[in-house]
Amino acid sequence: MALLDVRDLNVRFATQEGAVHAVNGVSFALEAGETLGIVGESGSGKSQLAFSILGLLAANGRASGSVAFEGREILNLPEAQLNKIRADRIAMVFQDPMTALNPYMRISDQMAETLMQHKGLSKRDAVAQAVVMLDAVKIPDAKNRVRLFPHEFSGGMRQRVMIAMALLCKPDVLIADEPTTALDVTVQAQIMDLLGELRRELGMATVLITHDLGVVAGFCERAIVMYGGQVMEQSPIDPLFAQPTHPYTRGLLAALPRLDANSTMTPIRGNPPNMTGAPTGCPFCPRCDFVEDICAVKMPPLTTFAAGRARACHRPIEEVAA
Amino acid sequence: MIVYILKRLAIAVPTLLVLIIASFLLMHAAPGGPFTSERQVPPEVLANLNAKYGLDQPLWKQIATYLSNVVMHFDFGPSFTYKDRSVNDIIAQGFPVTLTYGSLSFIAAVLVGVSLGVTAAIKRNSWLDYFAVGISIGAQVLPNFVMAPILVLIFTLTLHWLPGGGWSFDDPRFWIMPVVALSTSYMASIARITRSSMLEVLNSNHIRTARAKGLPSRKIILRHALKPALLPVISYLGPAFVSMITGSVIVDVYFTTGGIGKSFVDSALNRDYAVMMGITILLGTLTILFNLVVDIIYGWIDPKIRY
Repeated sequence: MALLDVRDLNVRFATQEGAVHAVNGVSFALEAGETLGIVGESGSGKSQLAFSILGLLAANGRASGSVAFEGREILNLPEAQLNKIRADRIAMVFQDPMTALNPYMRISDQMAETLMQHKGLSKRDAVAQAVVMLDAVKIPDAKNRVRLFPHEFSGGMRQRVMIAMALLCKPDVLIADEPTTALDVTVQAQIMDLLGELRRELGMATVLITHDLGVVAGFCERAIVMYGGQVMEQSPIDPLFAQPTHPYTRGLLAALPRLDANSTMTPIRGNPPNMTGAPTGCPFCPRCDFVEDICAVKMPPLTTFAAGRARACHRPIEEVAA
Repeated sequence: MIVYILKRLAIAVPTLLVLIIASFLLMHAAPGGPFTSERQVPPEVLANLNAKYGLDQPLWKQIATYLSNVVMHFDFGPSFTYKDRSVNDIIAQGFPVTLTYGSLSFIAAVLVGVSLGVTAAIKRNSWLDYFAVGISIGAQVLPNFVMAPILVLIFTLTLHWLPGGGWSFDDPRFWIMPVVALSTSYMASIARITRSSMLEVLNSNHIRTARAKGLPSRKIILRHALKPALLPVISYLGPAFVSMITGSVIVDVYFTTGGIGKSFVDSALNRDYAVMMGITILLGTLTILFNLVVDIIYGWIDPKIRY
């Protein structure tokens, strides 16, 4: 049994313009200790997917389908029951450490309240634990700096605080939503190294949500490529990079800047789709180089084609090449 | 912090000075004077009166005399209308009244307004929200000069529960209607500001973080959302408090409470220069003071603000 089993997950937002279909029928399983990357460009629904798992959607959002954690259905559980899982069993690191921390509270209070809530610690013990965790994420002089407010930390340090805060209860699953997007490149590398280290130490399963294929390559065992709220391709990392079979995955890889000689960066033409209304056909077809008539009419099913690899495409790359 | 407060108080001195001189000049620029009335006063009498109150002096000299009396003796002069009363007496008599019903109105407006606004925001688009928004719009559009007679009609003339006017420091029954009449529109504004700022805060990233921590919503609201949501309310409350404790002419007239709200308007109508100046200075001083208080509270709530 997978630790986290997501089946046919849908997320809809009610808006003035109509229903926005942010996530459409996404399924994946996460084993204990595994690292899974969820890749996609902005608006591909990857963050909303993560929020829906923990019931953190905005007020106008509705999730349907199934999310089983240790075999127990947790999607749309009542708040009181979700609260026992949040942070304690499944924790989350958010994208923007500038705004994700409460600017009006000391770090010590923000961290301590999690432990007091889930572990029943006293304030004093909780702060002591918080300091230990800040040490673990390599915040210098944690003992004194725990008393500071978020704005007194740099961006990278704030994200370390965010990570420390998420790991306080030693969760089984860590969902990191674009943990390095708001940071500059050198700090990004440090944060990813730190996350990797802590992940190995605590043995927790990790879902890394990112638009950065490079980050996924260095961190994850397996990745899901999302587009238009749907899974395009699912594969272990090495074959995904070596032989991408979905035109979208290939487009993403071609759009990466590379250091080796005479390769050029080729952007994917067109714009991400408008997610209002129910999708018909493959969301990528307006931008796909290999599009056929059927693509606009029918969404291809996610089909397994090799060990651990699946894709949703009518005209996968190797068929085009053949 | 103390340095900052002292600095602000030091700046208050020239601010007040400008306020005094400007109001003094404006007041004298307005046509008519304290002794202009329908009944013709013989010119000799008028000249005598003007001489007695120093109105025959050049304007700069009048201002200088006035300022020196205020600063040196804390004497705001005699009323031009009520021959036997000084401005100090009028304020000493009326201000405690407006201060009492104003402070009570303030407390009522804040308590009801904030709770209404927070409830509406948390239960957004529920019947509770519509109810709260409905009440606050109703309270906002119902002017207190309409509200006051309705209150009297119901609670005095029909139910005979409350005295229809007058004032007593010992009997709270005299306070109720002035407080209700004065506080409702402020309450409505506070509720509206609280609701919209609370809605904004509840959508912010750090609230999502708090939810991801598994905190119960009560703790999220009280610990994480209330402080930032109240910041815009607090900046509204500074000036609102001042205008509430300096009273309202409507309340003073309808409930004959004898506060300085009525004295202020009367003084303007009667060209009672001294009373007008005295109350203007009181208002100005309080406004400056409570703007400072608001800034101090801001610094206390928002750790990014340091003085």
